[in-house]
Amino acid sequence: MKLAVLLVLATIAFLILGFVFPVHQASTPGIVSGEALPGVGGTGNTPEAAVRSLLGDVQAHDWSQAYSLLANANDVDKEAFIHDINGNYGSLRTFSSLEGSGTRVLNQSGDQALVRADMHWSTAVGPIYEVRELRVVQQGGNWKVVWPLEKQATVPPQVVPVNYLRWDVIYRGARDDWGTQNVDSPQVRIVSMNAVQHGNTLVVVGEVVNEDTVPAFVDMNAILVGKNGQDLDQENSFDKIQHTLLPKQVSPYRIDFPGFNLSQVKSVRMDAKAMLVPASADPVIAVLDQHEQENVLGNKVLSGNLLNESGRTVNIAQVLATYYDSNGKVIWVSDGYVDRALLPQTPEPFAVEMPDNTVGKVQSYRVTVNHYIRQQS
Amino acid sequence: MQRLLPAACLAFCWMAALSLAAQDLQVPATVRAGSAFTIPTSGSGSATFYLIGPASRTKRQVQMGQEIQVKPQEVRSAGRYLAIVRSGGTNRSVSFYVLAAAPASLSFLAHPSRIPVAQRGGIIGVTFVFDKWHNLVRQPENVDFRLAVNGGPPASQTVRSRDGVAWLRMNSGSKAGNAKFVATLRGIEETRVIQQVAADPCHLQIKAERNAKGVLVETAPVRDCSGNPVSDGTVVTFTANGAGGLSTVDVPIKKDIAQAELKIPGPATISVASGVVMGNEVKVGGQQ
Repeated sequence: MKLAVLLVLATIAFLILGFVFPVHQASTPGIVSGEALPGVGGTGNTPEAAVRSLLGDVQAHDWSQAYSLLANANDVDKEAFIHDINGNYGSLRTFSSLEGSGTRVLNQSGDQALVRADMHWSTAVGPIYEVRELRVVQQGGNWKVVWPLEKQATVPPQVVPVNYLRWDVIYRGARDDWGTQNVDSPQVRIVSMNAVQHGNTLVVVGEVVNEDTVPAFVDMNAILVGKNGQDLDQENSFDKIQHTLLPKQVSPYRIDFPGFNLSQVKSVRMDAKAMLVPASADPVIAVLDQHEQENVLGNKVLSGNLLNESGRTVNIAQVLATYYDSNGKVIWVSDGYVDRALLPQTPEPFAVEMPDNTVGKVQSYRVTVNHYIRQQS
Repeated sequence: MQRLLPAACLAFCWMAALSLAAQDLQVPATVRAGSAFTIPTSGSGSATFYLIGPASRTKRQVQMGQEIQVKPQEVRSAGRYLAIVRSGGTNRSVSFYVLAAAPASLSFLAHPSRIPVAQRGGIIGVTFVFDKWHNLVRQPENVDFRLAVNGGPPASQTVRSRDGVAWLRMNSGSKAGNAKFVATLRGIEETRVIQQVAADPCHLQIKAERNAKGVLVETAPVRDCSGNPVSDGTVVTFTANGAGGLSTVDVPIKKDIAQAELKIPGPATISVASGVVMGNEVKVGGQQ
């Protein structure tokens, strides 16, 4: 009995202490402050909470709830809002999900505020980070988000004649006689190679050209040779290359060796593997208005517009940017995926990062585009 | 010891000579693959005849004192044979070589299947000479090689085979097209096709003209230094440097010409390249 009374008294004492000395904005261990939590809905009573709530609903795929948090719902069609966030036309965004996000109030005055949302998307090609600055306004006592809908142009119905080449291959048959001729693999040539140190990663960059008159599927391999002639590591270009090269087409490549330093390396052994593959010269994608600029975070980026000149939708596009110094030497290769589909005849913006160690050295650059098109039956 | 060694050698030679004397089977000096021949025998009674070759073996009863008929199908493979006649616990044997028969087919390896025009020593042709039983004919034979593209002058050369192989290097011609590469020997002919393709573009030239949509850029017919039209599908890169930034487009050649419409409103300098070959530069004014 005495113990029960003691426990009740202790509880009351702790409650009083809690009211007298409150701990403001205590963070939950394991959860980053300002991070949206899936399923945490409800109207926010601060601008940041409103954005967090919206992103939480996006993460939970609760589109109706997310849409209800928009201040400009009258101007934004619900379907367009969902397509803007969740993607369409088989774009990369359709193979993505919001993994996490962070928010920060940039400024707030009266019933308006500007909140920066850092979104971390988990996609089929790896993580993608997106930053949006969202205007938040107070409506009826609640903060709501003005969604900056990027309207996707609709393509008018039309017939786009496409008569570019297509290459098909007939190989030597298994039952052919010994000595019967086969079709040779395409001739490709490494036209440049440069090893640079980037943080704690040794990076091999350069360009490769298809010198043949047939398309080639190219893969680049590099082996680091140590001071004593031993092989240190072997890596390939993975997706940092334009694998399918049409005749006389030039592709940049980049091969990363994390944890290696230039001082450890005596030489680099390069190997370009080329296979003859069926290919099509369609689609042609123009890269327009390429220029250097700073993004909202103040980082240098190379941006521009991609224009799909064919009549087919390009589902996923990857931009590869090659940077040259004043001697024409390749000093860096960066890449980035465009998370929207490239609709025919419709410009789509892109931006790829320019690392700090290249700023001031870049004299010129060249952008090429890898494309992936969903097979149609 | 120094005296014993020559004596031992002499004894061994005598024993070898006596053993050879027992092998009294006789075969023709030259036996060609797939040809019948006879082996005379002496004595009487029946015996067992064995013929062991590189790819076959035969066993049958024969009559001593009569000729043993070796059938053509028993010596189709060229190589070393051993004929043994076993009679009454005595073996008589002879080993002999069967040579390949007359050339009947050629295996012709031609490399590469595609080659740019005017490449010195770029084409390799290798022939292996076989008889009708697929034996390599090791006797020297003259193989004629001929490389010709339609409408172009043919190139030909004769090579004498050595140990069944004749090979050569040839220059590719100056005319693009499918070249017939023919190897001939005593009326036997084998043909391969070498695709002679245009080399790198030469004197890449463009013209540009502004229209309502942007700038229409077009190359002059793209040809190599020998005057061959560059293959369709070859990528040409147009680069426009204007006030709005840099614009590039990779366009494949169609019917000798690459063409692109660059949507650039302001004045720009447009250049062209194909692979590692650069072309000329043109300047276009802005939209009116």
